[in-house]
Amino acid sequence: MAAIIQEIIQQLVNGISLGSIYALIALGYTMVYGIIKLINFAHGDIYMLGAFIGFFAINIFQMSFFPALIVAMIVAAFFGVVIERLAYRPLRHSTRIAALITAIGVSMLIQNVALLVWKPDPRSFPDVFPFKSYKIWGVYLDNRQLVILGVALFLMVVLHYIVRYTRMGRAMRAVALDDDAARLMGIDVDRVISFTFALGSALAAAAGVLVGIYYNRIDPMMGGMPGLKAFVAAVLGGIGVIPGAMIGGLVMGVAEVAVVALTTSTWKDAVAFGILIIILLLRPAGILGQHEREKV
Amino acid sequence: MWMSRKRMLSAFMVLFMVLAGAVGALAADTFKVGAVGPTTGPVATYGLSVLDAVTLAVEKYNAEGGLLGRQIELIVEDNKADAVETNNAFRKLASRDQVHAIVGAVVTANSIVGSQVAQMMKVPMITPTSTAEKVTLEGDYIFRSCLIDPVQAVIMANFVYDSLNLREVAILTAQTNDYSVGLTDVFIETFGNLGGKVVAAESYSEGDQDFKAQLTKIRARNPEAVYVPGYYTEAGLIARQMRQLGMEQPILGPDGFDSPKLFEIGGEAILGSYFTNHYSKETEDPVSKQFVADYREKYGVDPDGFAALAYDAALILFEAIERAGEDALSKNIAAARQAIRDAMAETKDLEAVTGTLTFDENRNPVKSAVILKVVEDGYEFVERVEP
Repeated sequence: MAAIIQEIIQQLVNGISLGSIYALIALGYTMVYGIIKLINFAHGDIYMLGAFIGFFAINIFQMSFFPALIVAMIVAAFFGVVIERLAYRPLRHSTRIAALITAIGVSMLIQNVALLVWKPDPRSFPDVFPFKSYKIWGVYLDNRQLVILGVALFLMVVLHYIVRYTRMGRAMRAVALDDDAARLMGIDVDRVISFTFALGSALAAAAGVLVGIYYNRIDPMMGGMPGLKAFVAAVLGGIGVIPGAMIGGLVMGVAEVAVVALTTSTWKDAVAFGILIIILLLRPAGILGQHEREKV
Repeated sequence: MWMSRKRMLSAFMVLFMVLAGAVGALAADTFKVGAVGPTTGPVATYGLSVLDAVTLAVEKYNAEGGLLGRQIELIVEDNKADAVETNNAFRKLASRDQVHAIVGAVVTANSIVGSQVAQMMKVPMITPTSTAEKVTLEGDYIFRSCLIDPVQAVIMANFVYDSLNLREVAILTAQTNDYSVGLTDVFIETFGNLGGKVVAAESYSEGDQDFKAQLTKIRARNPEAVYVPGYYTEAGLIARQMRQLGMEQPILGPDGFDSPKLFEIGGEAILGSYFTNHYSKETEDPVSKQFVADYREKYGVDPDGFAALAYDAALILFEAIERAGEDALSKNIAAARQAIRDAMAETKDLEAVTGTLTFDENRNPVKSAVILKVVEDGYEFVERVEP
């Protein structure tokens, strides 16, 4: 009996740790959507870029963990702003489907340029973060899992604070509500949207570096599947709702692990995307969807 | 200047015919060999090893005067390990480039696509590394220089049962991969027939990074070893996560483990694993030694198993062309291709890098395999298994 309970708890730990990675990526997704109603499919690729920038910062410039994380976030933020300026801004007033397709195009572009420049070989991420394993009553967990969960929670709170309580956040919400009205009120809409992208990309990069360290393997295609799953997590939690990304991510992670534990691992991805379909059918607004009326 | 449409058309026709004639005349001077493999994409290290080795073989033969007095012209196509790209590459080589034969593809799923095109257009194809049985079953123009999956899985099952003396094994399969699924099926059957027990069979998708859920489930069944029939990209991560969950069992694998990246990704966790492979660079065989020396001189690194197999694929093809003689020189490309195919099928006791090989009736080589152990500074030769 004890062994079964241990296994259940271990699986729960596995699920929460996987879920906090989805949550980490989903935060940026959901925030960008909340402000400009664009599903930024390139988000997963910015996440990949972030991981690579962190990799180079550590390997070439010999930085330690925190400076590398900050550098990755800053450089990715810059990329986010450039992408928005070049690819999305010219389409600001065209249909949403045009912007969506452009986002897919940007995603492919980044992936393929990365493949060309960095070669498709997986690289192993340097061990810059000390690894400590804990065994508590037969359940294994490690400090990196805790850090990822902690960072995800921390960023969720910070993001919530920025959007809710800062001047820029108020401007973001105003743009989300009605960008024409916001412009008439003297808000520099372009600047607000640039800021949104910078913030979203910095979040993606932070996720990339952390996940790179956690799994110790990065490659130019790494943004694909986690990006999609994070998207499902964002929809599940209620796209555009910041705490929703956290909840959606954790639910996804635990659900995936539960599928493996209870049935067969063959169904893992099918269930992840099955969740998306069920959510869209039964509760399109997501778990925390009621707050959607405020649109952030 | 104004020309009637008709005159312009005929002018173009003349130009086209002149060009086509020129191309035809050039083509007659060389043996064209296509090579298809991923030089970009997630498994590029395989493709690059293969292409490097084929290039080495081509240069070696050309330096010695080519084949039947003609030089070999190598045309490389990157298929990015993608099915559609593979299809396009094979069609281009077969019809536009009019190659005599194709070496490739590298990944099993691609070779299955490529074999359909090659068989349809009747171009001899030899895959160096695709181990799934069904690749050569596509038709009589399809060959390979590696052992087939069943052989690898049978060898591993026997090794686990007899040499390691283990009875309970768990399997973690890449369900999105033909190669991995093929190995799994044969391993389960063989190991079961020997009297062993597969206590857990779990799966993952290629590109997954988290395997802890599957591993936790496997751990509960207490296996004595875990068979991971897949590629190095995942095997390294699986090894790490096993150790993180307190699992100390040895990991068993197929030739997909053969990459320097295995050590980078797997670190200490991967040490002590065993895998089946096509060759060991520690052998004393003269053909093998010469190849290792040549390869090291040209590329500055040791050849891996993929390179050895690719070199053998080229060797089988080139030797067959020499044996086909006059018929392979035919201006009629279809006749030349058929002559080359016939000669390839008759390959017998060829001294190649990965052993002395003879083709069986399904154009699979009959030759030996090796078991290697992953140790700190590379692979340690454990035993050679004769067919």
